[in-house]
Amino acid sequence: MLAYLLKRLLWMVPLLIGISLISFFIMHLAPGDITTSEASFNPKASEESRQKLRALYNLDKPVIVQYGLWVKRMATLDFGTSFASHQRPVFWQTKDKDGNITLGMIQEALPITLLINLLSLGLIISVALPLGIISALKQNQLADRSITLFVFIGFAIPGFWLALILMYWTGVQHAWLPISGLESMGHENLSGLGQVADTLKHLILPVSISGLTGLAGISLFVRNGMLDVLHQDYITTARSKGLNENRVIYGHALRNALLPLITIFGLSIPGLIGGSVIAESIFAIPGMGKLFYDAVLMRDFPVIMGILTIGALLTMIGNLLADVAYAWADPRVRRGVIK
Amino acid sequence: MLLNIDQNRFLKPWLVLSFLMLITACENSSSSRPSGHVTDFSQHYPASNGGMLVDAMTGEPSGLIAMIAGESAASAIAGNIFNSLLKYDKNLDLTGELAKSWDISSDQRTITFHLKPQLKWADNQPLTSDDVLFTWQKVTDEKTRTPYGSDFKLVIKAETPDANTFKVTYAVPYAPALDTWAGLHILPKHLLKDQDINTTAFSRNPVGSHYYKLDRWKNGQYLKLTRNNNATQGQARIDSLLSRIIPDKASQFLELSADNIDSMGLNPIQYARIFPARPDLNHHIALYKELGNSYTYMGFNLKRKPFDDIRVRQAINYAIDKQEIIDGVLLGLGEPVASPYKPGTRWSNPALKPYPYDPNKARDLLKAAGYVDHDGDGILDKDGKPFSFEILTNQNKEREMTAVLIQRRLKDIGINANIRVLEWASFLGRFIKPKAFDVVVLGWGLSLDPDQYSIWHSSQQAPGQFNFIGYSNPQADKLLEAGRIELDPEKRMKIYHEFSKILLDDSPVVYLSAGYGLSAIHKRISGISNPAPPAGIGHNTYEWYIPKAYARNEINEQ
Repeated sequence: MLAYLLKRLLWMVPLLIGISLISFFIMHLAPGDITTSEASFNPKASEESRQKLRALYNLDKPVIVQYGLWVKRMATLDFGTSFASHQRPVFWQTKDKDGNITLGMIQEALPITLLINLLSLGLIISVALPLGIISALKQNQLADRSITLFVFIGFAIPGFWLALILMYWTGVQHAWLPISGLESMGHENLSGLGQVADTLKHLILPVSISGLTGLAGISLFVRNGMLDVLHQDYITTARSKGLNENRVIYGHALRNALLPLITIFGLSIPGLIGGSVIAESIFAIPGMGKLFYDAVLMRDFPVIMGILTIGALLTMIGNLLADVAYAWADPRVRRGVIK
Repeated sequence: MLLNIDQNRFLKPWLVLSFLMLITACENSSSSRPSGHVTDFSQHYPASNGGMLVDAMTGEPSGLIAMIAGESAASAIAGNIFNSLLKYDKNLDLTGELAKSWDISSDQRTITFHLKPQLKWADNQPLTSDDVLFTWQKVTDEKTRTPYGSDFKLVIKAETPDANTFKVTYAVPYAPALDTWAGLHILPKHLLKDQDINTTAFSRNPVGSHYYKLDRWKNGQYLKLTRNNNATQGQARIDSLLSRIIPDKASQFLELSADNIDSMGLNPIQYARIFPARPDLNHHIALYKELGNSYTYMGFNLKRKPFDDIRVRQAINYAIDKQEIIDGVLLGLGEPVASPYKPGTRWSNPALKPYPYDPNKARDLLKAAGYVDHDGDGILDKDGKPFSFEILTNQNKEREMTAVLIQRRLKDIGINANIRVLEWASFLGRFIKPKAFDVVVLGWGLSLDPDQYSIWHSSQQAPGQFNFIGYSNPQADKLLEAGRIELDPEKRMKIYHEFSKILLDDSPVVYLSAGYGLSAIHKRISGISNPAPPAGIGHNTYEWYIPKAYARNEINEQ
């Protein structure tokens, strides 16, 4: 098992290099760089000054040389500084000689996105599991049909549309919830608990909307997994030996039906750090989605590469964790792996 | 893909919201909001100090040293924190800000600025001519990552004879010099002299000399400014300014409706369609319009046939109905222009009128240029080739709609135009720089200084320079050169009036429209000049005030 893990981890190195190489070149295929944004198309900014900026950012060098410089920095785990955001560090905070700390861009955006995504994942699981089980047990009955209809409506409804309607209803017509942002005015004057409550209140809408749109996938997986398992011989055996129905369903069927979900959760780990640019724009949440989108628009290469690298790394770790968890949960897989 | 990106969806929220707002317009104020709606905001109170103004911006400044940050969000905030030597007054004439006066030498090459006495930074240090010199050294330093250095590099000698005098000498007289000094924020030497200006933490924690100082900057959420007790220009009435970062205009509008923000910029739909349908909003929100700072134009590639023929350019100018574009795209909220200068200011020539919509004249001119419909297919042709070209523009809804209206009008007179819309970077890199276009729809700023050498002078056509349409007229060149070395405003005005006339006659571009800047401001904010003077409503923000009776309830300080 240990050798297997080690092998998998070592394989990540060439994979990561390959991914970064491809990302880097594709990023440079897009026309333009930081000096050609629409805002810089300004007669007060001369072409010579733009060439000077290009040289200062090494953008005048061949792409392969730029990649080399990037790898050299990455070798010391230095993600560099943003072109656009006044040289803010891309990943983690830095301290200058006077002791002023500048926070990293990913360092600030990641916890926010992570919090929202974890909350909505929690919401999805706690709602989708029971829905899926009910659907499977009442297959093709009214309950099943209505649940399926409901989750599909949630899936199909455009998130931004629902967001605006709910913002209008709960924020403008009735002052129940804050409309956008993460903190109310005067947040810093609240007590510690008050601040947490204030932020959570701001998160209710974004989390429930992203939860609603994610219900369909998980609940249908659970439903189909349950249906598969319920038709297995061992369930028939369990029933025929007189076990009570709850034991059959929750003790035997559900546990096996949940196996494929491990893969899904493993694969959703990289998704946890990727925010939705639409939701973040509408709710004015400074998360990863907006950060990446703005970086792409500005051709802010260090930020783009930083996010892509971290995303790639997390995807691979997620895959590995899913495989390991699968092996842990399913003896059949475990034997295959060790062999 | 890791992230969920779909640019088109950005455009839709607005439509949904417009629809929603119109529906709910009828049901009206059955709303259960407790506050805000009951106060009567029509009463007039005398000016008083205090309060907080909350506004919204779509983007976050990258830093508050404007020469490096560059984007408009940074200039907007930094403009409340830093002073320049000069500023534009409400009629857009130059006046002193840090400088109490300035002299121009008789050979027009040396400008001497006399600073106001006893100026101080927000941290109580004296602000002297040393700071001005330091700022000039920084903006011209090769290592400074600013695109705005070239104007200041024309200064061959900068001196500080004493603590209140700053003297610059140019190799040749440079008329736009005063305008450039009005745009340069003076930075404190005592805090920056040992810092790398490109990376310094000062840009996120600045110390300035203007009305406000930065109190708190919560990344991605808001910037809060509070009053600077050492302000060099007197004290502003409003205690603090809070600028919230809300990228989505529809969300900003909801926040405005719910009375969580006091002001925002509007688009024409919000201004002309939604507000008139919502009396409940008009009760506490006032609308303002002012002439904006840019115009939209259609520019010909003058190096390509048939656009090198003045008759063809004029014909197309006559064929386009500018009022139709203003009504259709801007919902009437704009003005036609006849020169690249802001109407109503000294530089704009009042004698010039835009080309009227006259399709018959257009047809005659095209006929004279040899374009006749020989084969009867409805499209004019010459030498067996149909008159057909491509209108290029970037992803900008208003420009796309404008291009469609132009396409229709051109079809009326027998010209086939296709439209191509591109993302900005490829638009610039693949078409503008190599000059691989027929016609573009774009915008330029209506600059406050009349010098537009870089846009129209024939020497400015290299790739990456701004005369990409290839305009070249020796007479215009001469005037542009003369205008750059003439510092007397009256003489300068004559030069640019003549230049504008030549430009209009040559028709290298078709001036389409200049849109209004539209804003909504809560009625609790008093002291706003309406109608707006040429400089816009923002010219006297320091005189705005919030009467105590109208102040927003805030969570208590401490």
